[in-house]
Amino acid sequence: LWRAHSPPARFPRPPPADARGGPVGSCGRRAYAPPAERKRFYQNVSISQGEGGFEINLDHRKLKTPQAKLFTVPSEALAIAVATEWDSQKDTIKFYTMHLTTLCNTALDNPTQRNKTQLIRAAVKFLETDTVCYRVEEPPALAELQKNEWDPVVAWAEKRYNVTIGSSTSILGPNIPASTKETFVSHLASYNMWALQGIEFVITQLKSLILSMSLIDRHITVEKAVLLSRLEEEYQIRRWGNVEWAHDYDLCELRARTAAGTLFVHLCSESSTVKHKLLQD
Amino acid sequence: MAAPGAPLRTLRALLRELRHAAGRSYRDSPAYRHVLEAFRAHRVTSEKLCRAQQELHFQAATYLCLLRSVREHEALHREYHGRGERSPQEVAGLVGFRLPQQPGGKG
Repeated sequence: LWRAHSPPARFPRPPPADARGGPVGSCGRRAYAPPAERKRFYQNVSISQGEGGFEINLDHRKLKTPQAKLFTVPSEALAIAVATEWDSQKDTIKFYTMHLTTLCNTALDNPTQRNKTQLIRAAVKFLETDTVCYRVEEPPALAELQKNEWDPVVAWAEKRYNVTIGSSTSILGPNIPASTKETFVSHLASYNMWALQGIEFVITQLKSLILSMSLIDRHITVEKAVLLSRLEEEYQIRRWGNVEWAHDYDLCELRARTAAGTLFVHLCSESSTVKHKLLQD
Repeated sequence: MAAPGAPLRTLRALLRELRHAAGRSYRDSPAYRHVLEAFRAHRVTSEKLCRAQQELHFQAATYLCLLRSVREHEALHREYHGRGERSPQEVAGLVGFRLPQQPGGKG
């Protein structure tokens, strides 16, 4: 007969849902329940200016990073945006929606302990496997779509940075000349450490250095960049149909992360705000 | 140029998103005030091709995209992925079985 055995081991879930106790099985043991989320423990979120920059206050407590450092950001607008993220949490704190906070934590803690050179190298390395340079040969409709949508962006990048990039249909990808890489390395070196964390984040999300640079240079919008990054998926969706709980879910998440990364970069490299001395360069 | 659409439309949509995010006292929230201040400060040069104004508009559009996508993502998550797992009873019930009741519980 049907025996109720203990629930099989599951893969750790991505973002846990609302804190539910989890229904109790007939054997008396709980079915797997995602770990209870942190409840919102503060009433007010405010900003104050400290020595190192702007800080976030949750009621009277100062926000800290996961490594227990004081949470300070160089830009007031960024602090306001982070405060808004914390303030918009309703009953439970959903960390996976707080992209700007996560980016600030990464910049402050630097958990991967990379210096500026390593970050730049990781970013430029993406050029060798840049999405917009990898073309298919069939189906011809997709090849045509890639040509029409991606060629202009590549052309823009080549013109803007005065480099040669090209595209390729081979599995090895395009052959990027060393001078091109040098140009991008020296261009990225002009950004400070915080902005670089943001840039590298955007590149990892969009899977393309060229799309990221055209986004950061304000040549295209976030929605357009995400569309270009997901071009093949959009083509397949148009062909076979859209699955809301997968496609739209991924689309919204990608848009959110990319928008957060872009905003982060711009707010960290603003020239109109006063640069605080403690900002790491 | 990036961020097409009138700046006014972006501003209104952005303020609407902030209102969703903040709740009751949205007008006093620092984000609301900051956005309004920034747009007012750049209003003077609305006729000329002002680079700072375009930068601001792009930033506003990006922030709007962020707020909107986070809200939509959370809604999708709640609807499709937020339900947790079914209990053994529910699983059995899916195929029409019922779990046996044994005195003293299962070993």
